[in-house]
Amino acid sequence: MKRFSLSVRSLLRKPGRTAALALLTAFLALAVFGGSVVVLSLRNGLNSLEARLGADIILVPSEAQSKVSFQNMFLQGTTGAFYMDASVLDKALEVNGVEKAAPQTFLASLKADCCSVKIQVIGIDPETDFTVQPWISRSLARELGNMDVAVGCKVEAGVGEIIRIYDQRCKVVAQLESTGTGLDTAVYCSMDTMNALLKAAEDKGVSHKIESGDQVISAVYVKVRDGYSIDTVNSQLTGRLRKVTAVRTRSMLTGVSDSLAGISRTVTALIVAVWALALVILLLAYALIIRERNREFAVLRLIGASRRMLSGMVLTESALCGLLGGLAGTGLAALALFPFAQLIESALNLPYLMPDAGTALLLAAGTVLLTVMVAALSSMAAACRLSRVDPGTALREGT
Amino acid sequence: MNLNAEGLSKQYPRKTGTANYFYAVNPLDLAVRSGEVAVLTGRSGSGKTTLLNMLAGLLRPSEGTVRLDGVDLYALSDNDLSRLRSEKTGVVPQGGSVIDTLTVLENILLPAQLYGRALPVDAAQQWLERLGLAPLRDVRAAGLSGGERRRVAIARALAQDPVLIFADEPTGDLDDENTRLVLSAFRACAHENGQAVFIVTHESDALQYADRVYRMESGQLSEA
Ligand SMILES: Nc1ncnc2c1ncn2[C@@H]1O[C@H](COP(=O)(O)OP(=O)(O)OP(=O)(O)O)[C@@H](O)[C@H]1O
Ligand SMILES: [Mg+2]
Repeated sequence: MKRFSLSVRSLLRKPGRTAALALLTAFLALAVFGGSVVVLSLRNGLNSLEARLGADIILVPSEAQSKVSFQNMFLQGTTGAFYMDASVLDKALEVNGVEKAAPQTFLASLKADCCSVKIQVIGIDPETDFTVQPWISRSLARELGNMDVAVGCKVEAGVGEIIRIYDQRCKVVAQLESTGTGLDTAVYCSMDTMNALLKAAEDKGVSHKIESGDQVISAVYVKVRDGYSIDTVNSQLTGRLRKVTAVRTRSMLTGVSDSLAGISRTVTALIVAVWALALVILLLAYALIIRERNREFAVLRLIGASRRMLSGMVLTESALCGLLGGLAGTGLAALALFPFAQLIESALNLPYLMPDAGTALLLAAGTVLLTVMVAALSSMAAACRLSRVDPGTALREGT
Repeated sequence: MNLNAEGLSKQYPRKTGTANYFYAVNPLDLAVRSGEVAVLTGRSGSGKTTLLNMLAGLLRPSEGTVRLDGVDLYALSDNDLSRLRSEKTGVVPQGGSVIDTLTVLENILLPAQLYGRALPVDAAQQWLERLGLAPLRDVRAAGLSGGERRRVAIARALAQDPVLIFADEPTGDLDDENTRLVLSAFRACAHENGQAVFIVTHESDALQYADRVYRMESGQLSEA
């Protein structure tokens, strides 16, 4: 294409102008791509957290709430432990409307040799667990054996390695997929293993004993049967169980989803602001540039370029600028967002799960397409005005 | 080739005074003939450029027609008129008309390039040499002097080998020797090549190259 090469040449021979226009569109792409990745990651994180918690109600000892914030525990992986008698599970199952109930036992490790920080060890009952087990099953075909552990994706221990928890040798048999929540820093084991670990902890002087019973658990995850009101079941559980608090998972997440909605709003407002600003600048820039190039365009008309050709050339040039800027902006956003996901997560204090490569690519392609279109459209107004007058008149004006 | 103007006129809104419009070019009939050099002179502001632009298909007249071999230029669509301009006419406009971002040679080849025609590289080279521009062939036009720019515009018009050549004060910023060079080139185009040449000029020297001389006075055309 002869005219295409003319557009390319015109861009190359005015590198400053081209770079300035590309930079403007790069801001557009940066805002759109960066903003949507952040919002999407937060939404992913919340969804994944909801799925991981998977329960309608969580039963914990009443004293637990004074010890640890659940939200921090699930979102940031703050360690924490509290115990109650295992009989809570059976009592919960007797309540009308409880479909499933599964126990979990927590143990905060001392500094283990796998990790630079304290980790949360979570014992589950593979038979009944409906929150963590399905997730473990995705990475491990069989059940967790004795002294086997599955580790969250952020625990620095590979499959086959041995990690020591309270001097007990535990074998890593699976590393789990990312959830974007505090659960990624936890270590999972069976109840039998947990009992052994509890005992070892006690030997080290970490006490977890409660007055009654030997078998202790930390929480019971309850799923309410369809057709039953979660609130009703909740109050029945509270009424029946002494010294146990029933927490609705939803209430735990409302804080999260509220701040998520807040952040989404802020990011959206930011995107809109950047766009409005960049669009105005872009329109002005094209108006100025095309005025500056009035003579050049008049000459093209003089030597036989039709209105359509001229508009086509202006559009090609601006679309190419937009493409350049779109790619640069998207690339820059990706460079800023993907390697620093961790940092963003801890800064936002919210579950944060990056979209997978396919989604990210699709988003990037969409962003680039959008920027190209916007760049082309903003030069359109100028291109149209330019071709309305006769070449003779344009030549006179351009002098 | 026949270019005929009939009842051709151009009115512009008046900036001051009582009447709303004035004639920049009064209604006139005119034929531009192949193989002839026609020279149009007249005082500044008398309407010479306006007439030339209308004849060259660059400015829509207020009234009247311009027919090229029977085809009414201003009845054509923009696409068709643009193509016709590109194929049949070579115009050297008043004022600068080279594109700064291109080299001298690229400027000269541009009209053909726009339509994907075979590039007249040989003709371009030949005109560059005849007009003393050969050393500047691959120089970016941004650095050229006024007279060099003018000659590039002339070379661009002539290299396309058009049937109609329009030149608006083509020697305005040229020295005597270059003026003679350019004017004799135009004469050769008409006399040896059978092209029609229409020149607007103040230069009294130009008259000796003319086959036909017109005068413009306040929009009124007369043949001398
Ligand atoms: N677009 C326009 N709007 C209003 N008046 C115009 C316009 N174009 C030309 N004129 C007027 O028409 C008259 C003729 O202009 P034109 O450029 O044809 O003169 P000219 O003979 O070429 O002058 P010069 O020798 O200075 O180039 C002038 O008075 C000019 O001011
Ligand atoms: Mg003039």
